[in-house]
Amino acid sequence: MNGMHDLDGMDNFGPVVREGNEPVFHADWEGAIAAHTYAMGVAGYFIVDESRRAVEWMAPADYLTSSYYEKWLYALETLLLEKDVLTKEELDTGKSLREEGGFTLPPLSVETARLAMANGIPLRLDLDISPRFKPGDRIFARNINPTHHTRLPRYIRGKRGVIEQDHGVFPFPDTVAHGEPDRPQHVYSVRFGARELWGDDAPAKDSIHIDLFDDYMDPLDQAQESD
Amino acid sequence: MTSTKHTAPLSDVQLRVKAIESLLGEKGLVNQQTLDAFIDYFENKVGPHNGAQVVARAWADPGYKEWLLKDGSAAIADLGFAGLEGNYMLVKESTPTVHNMVVCTLCSCYPWTTLGLPPVWYKSAPYRARAVRDPRGLLKEFGVTLADDVELRVWDSNAELRYLVLPMRPAGTDGMSEQELAGLVTRDSMIGTAVIEPLER
Repeated sequence: MNGMHDLDGMDNFGPVVREGNEPVFHADWEGAIAAHTYAMGVAGYFIVDESRRAVEWMAPADYLTSSYYEKWLYALETLLLEKDVLTKEELDTGKSLREEGGFTLPPLSVETARLAMANGIPLRLDLDISPRFKPGDRIFARNINPTHHTRLPRYIRGKRGVIEQDHGVFPFPDTVAHGEPDRPQHVYSVRFGARELWGDDAPAKDSIHIDLFDDYMDPLDQAQESD
Repeated sequence: MTSTKHTAPLSDVQLRVKAIESLLGEKGLVNQQTLDAFIDYFENKVGPHNGAQVVARAWADPGYKEWLLKDGSAAIADLGFAGLEGNYMLVKESTPTVHNMVVCTLCSCYPWTTLGLPPVWYKSAPYRARAVRDPRGLLKEFGVTLADDVELRVWDSNAELRYLVLPMRPAGTDGMSEQELAGLVTRDSMIGTAVIEPLER
């Protein structure tokens, strides 16, 4: 979706403010939200794509005025309601109001949590799916404006790039973020010239590299090239 | 868990967090030891001290560097830094002619196992918007002035691949041990928003 998260090279957000000796968390509640999000996510209640999708659904004004962990809190509340783990009344009151019903899974044990911390969460799929592109291929990023979650940002849409590397097969965020089938496909590192993206004022040698799924691109054929 | 770092009474956000904590706890859906382990992981186990060891090893050992640039995930895992947000690592080497810089324009993707959780500025709108639109201007604000003939490559980590910059080894570090070298490596140099200054001896 064309949400506020897709900042699209916008101007006027002001300087980047850096903090010296920044703590990992600025308050205990931030750590609590991070820990609960991971404890519930690794337990199987939701995946990271759903979490991102939930954040992107914030109203633009709220998105810009919420801190990072306020966004995580919003996403966790959204997903716990959506998965029917908690009810709206429970979140509003902080009181457990139903003894039975609701979606539950066994709590994540500390042993399983430590395994995830040590090994990560592998997402690449060992599937024999042929890639649509190979390194060196020239591509055209699709000009699409889906109302669902996507990892094809606006500043890339409709632009011409070159495939640099094939990273293998991954689940498709556009579908899995909505609990739909994973539509596995290849992901590639794709190079876009800074001038292709931002015009002739951009430095000629500079480039932006972004990871794109098969479904985000079409081959750049002669006809498009001569447009 | 209650916050003592902010002024009482509890803010709306703190109340909402407390509601989730007590509900999930009361219903037996989370385990306190697990929560504590995650916080310890985020605060202590991951961080730029890990990435600094990777960089120092690459500077000291050409064979390791070659492996790191070819198969970042395996070479980093070999030093014990596999894990969350570190399964698919790509390491990009900055040289006198190429400078690399990392951003996640859509959210906050970042190589946790080598750099830890990202700083607030990395996740902020001004960085995410400008890193792709005006990266040279942004770098200048960070104190890095790139010569016109240096090629700038910005890596927008929007899928599940995670990026680490291998900064240039500073002059004046010949003969230093790997541990001494690691002490010179800054977090920002591994994001690509800083360079490591030559050492005066």
